[in-house]
Amino acid sequence: MSYVAKSPWVIHYDGSSCNGCDIEVLACLTPMYDVERFGIINTGNPKHADVFLVTGSVNEQNKNVVKQIYEQMPEPKVVVAIGICANSGGVFKECYNILGGVDTVIPVDVYVPGCAARPEAIIDGVVAGLGKLAEKRKALEGDVIVEPERASAGEQQAQDTDEREEGAK
Amino acid sequence: MGTIVFLVGFPLIIALALLVVKADSLRDIIVKLSAIVIIVVSIVFVVMNFSSTMELVNMPYGETIGYGMMAIEVCLAVVIIVLSIKYKKPLAAVFAIIQTPLLIWFELTAGHHIEVANNICIDKLQMIMVLIIGIIGTLICVYAIGYMKDFQKHENEHVREEAKAAGLSEEEIEAAVAKADRRPWFFFLLFLFLAAMFGLVSSNNLIWMYFFWEITSLCSFFLIGFTKTQEAINNSFRALVMNLFGGLGFVLGIITLGSYYGTLELSTMLTIGSMGYSVVVPAAFLALAGITKAAQMPFQSWLLGAMVAPTPTSALLHSSTMVKAGVFLIIKLSPVLGFNWAGIMVMVVGGATFVMASFAAISQSNAKRVLAYSTVANLGLITACGGVGMAGATWAGIMLIIFHAVTKSLLFLCVGTAEHQIGSRNIEDMDGLFEKMPKLAKYMLIGIAGMFLAPFGMLIGKWATLVAFVDSGNILLIVAICFGSAATAFYWTKWMGKLSATMAGRENIQGRVHKEEDTSQIILVVLVVAACLGFPLVSSEMLIPHLGAIFGDVTALALSTNNMILMVIMLLAIVMLFAFYFGKTDKKIVPIYMAGVNEGDNLTFKGSMEKDVPVSLRNWYMDGIFGEKKMCLYGGIISVIGMVLAFTFIVAAMLGGGM
Amino acid sequence: MLYMIFSIVAYLVLAPLVGGFLAGVDRKITARMQGRVGPPVFQPFYDVLKLIEKEDITVNRVQDFYILCFLVFTAVAGGIFFAGESLLLVIFALTLASVFFIIAAFSSNSPYAQLGAERELLQVMAAEPMELMVAIGFYMVIGTFDVSQIIQVGAMPLPYLIGIFLGLVYILTIKFRKSPFDLSMSHHAHQELVKGMTTEISGKTLAMTEVAHWYENILLLGFIFLFFVNGTWWGALIGVVVCLLAYFLEILIDNSFARMKWQIAFKSAWVVTIVVGVTNLLVLAFV
Repeated sequence: MSYVAKSPWVIHYDGSSCNGCDIEVLACLTPMYDVERFGIINTGNPKHADVFLVTGSVNEQNKNVVKQIYEQMPEPKVVVAIGICANSGGVFKECYNILGGVDTVIPVDVYVPGCAARPEAIIDGVVAGLGKLAEKRKALEGDVIVEPERASAGEQQAQDTDEREEGAK
Repeated sequence: MGTIVFLVGFPLIIALALLVVKADSLRDIIVKLSAIVIIVVSIVFVVMNFSSTMELVNMPYGETIGYGMMAIEVCLAVVIIVLSIKYKKPLAAVFAIIQTPLLIWFELTAGHHIEVANNICIDKLQMIMVLIIGIIGTLICVYAIGYMKDFQKHENEHVREEAKAAGLSEEEIEAAVAKADRRPWFFFLLFLFLAAMFGLVSSNNLIWMYFFWEITSLCSFFLIGFTKTQEAINNSFRALVMNLFGGLGFVLGIITLGSYYGTLELSTMLTIGSMGYSVVVPAAFLALAGITKAAQMPFQSWLLGAMVAPTPTSALLHSSTMVKAGVFLIIKLSPVLGFNWAGIMVMVVGGATFVMASFAAISQSNAKRVLAYSTVANLGLITACGGVGMAGATWAGIMLIIFHAVTKSLLFLCVGTAEHQIGSRNIEDMDGLFEKMPKLAKYMLIGIAGMFLAPFGMLIGKWATLVAFVDSGNILLIVAICFGSAATAFYWTKWMGKLSATMAGRENIQGRVHKEEDTSQIILVVLVVAACLGFPLVSSEMLIPHLGAIFGDVTALALSTNNMILMVIMLLAIVMLFAFYFGKTDKKIVPIYMAGVNEGDNLTFKGSMEKDVPVSLRNWYMDGIFGEKKMCLYGGIISVIGMVLAFTFIVAAMLGGGM
Repeated sequence: MLYMIFSIVAYLVLAPLVGGFLAGVDRKITARMQGRVGPPVFQPFYDVLKLIEKEDITVNRVQDFYILCFLVFTAVAGGIFFAGESLLLVIFALTLASVFFIIAAFSSNSPYAQLGAERELLQVMAAEPMELMVAIGFYMVIGTFDVSQIIQVGAMPLPYLIGIFLGLVYILTIKFRKSPFDLSMSHHAHQELVKGMTTEISGKTLAMTEVAHWYENILLLGFIFLFFVNGTWWGALIGVVVCLLAYFLEILIDNSFARMKWQIAFKSAWVVTIVVGVTNLLVLAFV
């Protein structure tokens, strides 16, 4: 059995964003959501991290930073793109300097949509990433390639948002 | 006996020979051969006399030699006076005018009637000193061959430029260059120094010892002022004045000893002391001389100033000669020190110097100044050990002398080489030395580890010192050693850190180092490790009999057999770990983390506006807390108060007839 | 001799287990103090096991070696302690271990690691006088540095060494690298230093660092224990209880203070050492 899934340490990077998702990621650490329950620690250091949380879209300035942080993480590692900007570029997509979502520079394993993504969704996204981590760990021993996929948790959250918006009307 | 004469006479002859030899190759050969001879004779001397714990020897024609010395002393005084007039430094002349006539007057009147039975004393401490001077001193001379070639090259370029600027012809330039080569004088001084040191540690007659004492003072004066820059001249005169002040103390010690106790022999003085009579007055004066020579606060500034000289000078002054003469005298005196005013003075000065100099070293970035403060601090510890006046403390003091001599000379030689090769003696410029000069960096690392880490040399001495201080109930000295050694760990470790920082892409320039420099360093590295492995043997074969003869029964010493075994095991563990794992890895080597903007070489990052910014890392110096000036001031004040109090009480007692 | 080997082996095997467990308890209690649920008690072990599974990367050829030495000599220091040898040697071996750790951080030439290393060095300097005074205090009361003889003495040393005990508890915060003195590396989420000294250490090497810290913590608690032994079972029991209380106190302090500046860490440690440590030694010497 692999311990990767039992102790996912995360690093968080915020690209071009409104900081909404950024704040929500930090909210996960608060007593309200307490991600340490799952052994999750925010390390702030790629060399220690297993999960790369990216919020915001990628632009010309930060594409190399995102790439380098990703490269400096030791295998096995997963990338979770949080919020619609990180997924696809969001409202910034058409800007002159924006490349798009995180997957334009590094492979993304889990997409968590939302604007802003809610803490529950983020936690769900990370937990979905854990499954990936375990698979990748196995793959490292064998030679299986793991395809990135859209997390179901994220879609659930997207629906939640729709419902909330309808309620507001 | 004959060996001692040889040990004093041979370096003297070599010195004179080197004064006339101008050719590089011939000088190299003479220095190397005589180094081998001196090393061998020193070892033979120790082996021959190994069985004796303490032997007092009379010297034939002692009186004639005494007159000869007196004549030379007068000449030296004249030299000092002439030089001090020439360079307008009157203070040195004042001291020379006071003390030389004072001593000669004493020798011709009261001293004339005192018969000196034994001029020479051979004991285990003397043997240890002979080995230190004979082996380490000569290694430094060998090192100086290579070092001075580089030094002269720089000088020559300088002279050429000046001569060209003055518009001299080609031949005149070459003549000026040849004239500027003052290396014969330099090597003359080095070997004269060794001769004087051999004489100093072997003398039992205090007037003889004083003679050699003054020669070392004068030698160091010339060595410090060797470059003849204004700074060098100022510093050399500072050293001279302070050492002459100590010399005055020496003279007063001789006079009080001679006129009150009717002897001029150190051994008799110690015997009188151990019979329960107080010899505080001469002991205090002699200790004062030791304190100045050992560069204790407030006299530390002469040793710091000595840094202007070429590195072999510093190495010689710091490790095997000069300052070691000061602590040698204090350790010699230790049986009559202890809880009397002379002993208290020595303890206060030593303790205060150890703490304050250790603190001051933190604020220094110049490698030679760090080494200098570390020397001052360690000498303070040795001085304090001597002041305690108990067997355990003296054991620790002698151990510290041995380890310090070996380790410090290695470090000085390393810094000297680094200075010539990387063009700086600043520790900040030594980062990445492992890439540039892998061998030198390793030597330096071993030297630094030897200065403060378990299970290496100095720590063993420090450990024994700590125990000795506790046993003697000296709480303030305990406090001094606790805080001082914490500071010591700080400044050495940050230096080690700088050395071991890895920086890719540096050119390896180890090959440029002169062979002589490398050889001396390797031998010293071997000696550092050998001293760590062999110290139990030195203790049981040399120190225990020596201390037994002086202090009577020597009971259990600080380090039990178990502890010594554990230390040796730790040392072997480190060596094994280094041998098997150092520098070996099959892991993927990746760039360091620099917030995602590392440019891949670990030395630059992409700053704002796409600018390339070089990374530069600097050590901590904590100038606000451990500022050099502040520390020296505090140390000086404490020491001066200790000395003034001690002498006030001693003089008051003397005037009151309480002797 | 047999007893000695037994205690060394027991220390080498049990210290990481107990140390890891205590680290887990620490995280749980910390979480509860902050109104959170917190991770499982065995989380530190999961972390270490995970780190072992990670990819092998390093920043240079020597850093892993230094960390190995850090682990080895921390274990050696503890081994010497539990084998009943000299307290001074324990302290010196522990200093050697920390120097290796500091050099490891320096060797990476990483800005974050070096800043952490300098701060760690400062913490070593801040704490060392008090550590030495602990050993000296025992020597003055009992007449030996040897742990094996200290534990055989019938009277509890604490009454004679109250000042030194308090001083030790104070510097324990520095030695455990707990807030407010977690200057060199932090387990909390403040990240101005990234991860300080351990920034460039990853995978198995980081796991070694963690285990070395567990060894170190148990050794430090051993020092606390020593103040309470009096040769009886209840003395030992009191010792263990006080160790746990001290550990709890450190957690409480950790959660009640913000990180302080290095000046405060350094100056306060030395002032406390002088006030309680030196006074205690003076009292011992003159009474």
